[in-house]
Amino acid sequence: MSVTATARITAVADGRGSTALPVLESEGPLALRRTRSPDPAYTRVTVVGAMSAPLGGDRLAVEVLAGDGARLTVDSAAATVALPGAGPDAVPASYDVRLRVGEGAELHWLPEQIVSAYGSELDLTTRADLAATARLVLREEQVLGRHGERTGRLSTRLTVRRAGRPLLDQQLAYGPGAPGGWDGAAVLGGHRAVGQLLVVDPAFEDALPPPRLLGPCAALTPLAGPAVLVTALAADARLLRAVLDEALEGLLKETTALQEA
Amino acid sequence: MTTRAALLVLADGRFPAGGHAHSGGAEPAVKAGRIRDARDLEEFCLGRLHTTGLTSAALAAAAAQGLDPLALDEAADARTPSPALRNAARRLGRQLMRAARATWPSPELAALAEARPRGAHQPVVLGLTARSAGLEPADAAHCVVYETVSGPATAVVRLLSLDPFEASAVLARLAPALDRVAGQAAEAARHGIDALPAASAPLLDISAEAHAAWPVRLFAS
Repeated sequence: MSVTATARITAVADGRGSTALPVLESEGPLALRRTRSPDPAYTRVTVVGAMSAPLGGDRLAVEVLAGDGARLTVDSAAATVALPGAGPDAVPASYDVRLRVGEGAELHWLPEQIVSAYGSELDLTTRADLAATARLVLREEQVLGRHGERTGRLSTRLTVRRAGRPLLDQQLAYGPGAPGGWDGAAVLGGHRAVGQLLVVDPAFEDALPPPRLLGPCAALTPLAGPAVLVTALAADARLLRAVLDEALEGLLKETTALQEA
Repeated sequence: MTTRAALLVLADGRFPAGGHAHSGGAEPAVKAGRIRDARDLEEFCLGRLHTTGLTSAALAAAAAQGLDPLALDEAADARTPSPALRNAARRLGRQLMRAARATWPSPELAALAEARPRGAHQPVVLGLTARSAGLEPADAAHCVVYETVSGPATAVVRLLSLDPFEASAVLARLAPALDRVAGQAAEAARHGIDALPAASAPLLDISAEAHAAWPVRLFAS
């Protein structure tokens, strides 16, 4: 029996320097908990129940609205493992993430990895709509197969619009049934963990960092708008996270310095 | 009216648009040891075709169909996170624009050249060129998918001293996939800018930045 579930978070500035959560709706396997934030300026929500999902045929969605001036971090307690559906007629699972960030608001979307188990099929779509003065930190990591396992089919699309204009649009597709060449020298080259880290900040408007390499298979690239994308490939999830963590720390220092300047 | 010969003129490697100076990411892939023979080249080309090839072909088909070239140029920017590849695409777009305006002048080409004096993304210019030449969106898509794989194949012949007959055999084996992807691109273009594919290739994006920083290289990208 497949599951259809949507979790919703609405964060608003409470006018006293903090962020309140008038909407915090869990559904099905998507359980949301307000958790303690290491930085009191941000309100933090953790998705705790996604471990058993998505199975083939499941349709999961998370909708996050950070209203004007809100500061919100959303993370997850564990990796999301895409598993095959039961029976021969299993259809792909879908996971839709919809993020909206208002004027002067800041959203950190930092979920754990998506792991594509052998035989699974998952379509993950993430769409972020940002106001002109919104800030976004977004991390996505795809891991192809559990330890020592072949991968399932995973396709992702990340679409980010800022003030109504396209800022970033990327589709990735891997695994059995994906278009040919996905593991070849142009796309993955045998790597089993792929990650993106996006930082959008109006402070980059006049001060975009130059492109630089972060090791043999990772690059930091300034986009055509006030944003930076880190693209990284690694042999496994742990090595990938190390690259992205270091990049995130550096970028947050950089944006903090720009905001204070 | 048949336009088959116009398509050959536009797709000809000798059409003076500067494409021969680019390896489509094959030069860094050879240097990294990821392309060592014809089989690796074929996997590279297949991956490139299904990612940046599809995305670029759809942009070209959309421009050939008459969608707003400036909005398409913006869509191309959003689909090209690597500044090295954005620069290469604009440089190639500027060179193609010069050739196109001399070959098939049109008010639409002139308007785009004026709006983007430093060059629009090459697939957008190519689509508009096809339109000026009286070609169909599917023709523009075919042109793009073919150059997506012919560029790396030619480059690898030089970089690895690969037998040119073997390289041509790779291209011939890819032909059915090229037709399929060109068809997908033309179909996508019928559904408007927001429906255009955005398929991307992490290794091409990363290695393009590494390659741009090399002090000496044979190809511009």
